Amino acid sequence: MSEINLQIDGKEVVATEGMTILDAAKSVGISIPTLCHHEKLEPYGGCRICTVEVEVRGWPKLVAGCIYPVEKGLVVRTRTEKVDKIRKVLLEEMLAHAPDSEELKALAQEYGADRDRFEKHPSFCIHCGLCVRYCAEIKKKNAVGFVDRGSNREISFIPEIAAKECWDCKECFPLCPTSALQAAYVLAGALMTPPEEAHSGGCGCSCSCGSAPEKQAG
Amino acid sequence: MDISKIDQIIDKHDGEASSLIQILLDIQSEHNWLPKEALKRVSEKLQVPMSRIQHIATFYKAFSLVPKGRHQVHVCMGTACHVRGAQRVLDTVQEVTGVKSGETDSDLKFSVETVNCLGCCALGPVMEVDGKHHGNIAPSQIASVLNNCE
Repeated sequence: MSEINLQIDGKEVVATEGMTILDAAKSVGISIPTLCHHEKLEPYGGCRICTVEVEVRGWPKLVAGCIYPVEKGLVVRTRTEKVDKIRKVLLEEMLAHAPDSEELKALAQEYGADRDRFEKHPSFCIHCGLCVRYCAEIKKKNAVGFVDRGSNREISFIPEIAAKECWDCKECFPLCPTSALQAAYVLAGALMTPPEEAHSGGCGCSCSCGSAPEKQAG
Repeated sequence: MDISKIDQIIDKHDGEASSLIQILLDIQSEHNWLPKEALKRVSEKLQVPMSRIQHIATFYKAFSLVPKGRHQVHVCMGTACHVRGAQRVLDTVQEVTGVKSGETDSDLKFSVETVNCLGCCALGPVMEVDGKHHGNIAPSQIASVLNNCE
């Protein structure tokens, strides 16, 4: 493994090839905030809260620290005015979804983000994809996935798989920075019958008639 | 729904997972929508997780997860058509078909959709029925065009 010398916030850092800026910064104790990053999962670069400024051949540019590979002679700045502002606006946009998320609140305090800047959205999800990727990459169950696109994109459980797999797993729950997952799960839970009732054949809807499936079937 | 038809479509693409979108498009043109049983079959045969199929099927507007009519009616609401009376065209289409934009009638005959531009502004107002453009259409002509559809 070849060694790569770079500079992060004025500190000389020796990294190995294949490391990301985030890894290199971590090795010298410089913290870069992350939301969609998870050590066990493939880098995603979805939330952009890890945005840092790098200087390549004298030209500054903004990149996502969790996916940008280290380069020889790279100059990285993790707390410039520009970077802080980007993180602040990103946080404000996410706070429109999940104003009470502890993780977001802590970051908001650090970057001076105003939780009421943008109009509130009904969904808690900030599209970090942690649950979706954890389920696909680690558990290999694919019980939860994204649906729709753009501003309408949201997470959705596949009821048939979730009914079988999720009751005893729920490992993705603590990963969620905003508890959107729990909300989606409760919603999906209302749509599916628990395993022990699955054979009795409920009507499958969220209303209280699930308690009398025989009547529904008849 | 005929599951062997779905199998035929999958076999035509050699059951390649990379042909997923092509397979979904073929099913869509066969049935005018993507029935759940068909997607399940595709998921099993291609070894592609259902969550991925759902992601793709909801991402592209070419796919529909609800039944669509045999005839697709698109009314252009672009700026050029708008100033030439697209709203009146849409109103008439809705009246003749009995459904609003984005809906399908109960006989699965018509699906009405508004689009933002069909790219032929000189013909405005434009209505497209099953890929055929009807330019400069007057509300009075709409009933006869739609009644020609079986």
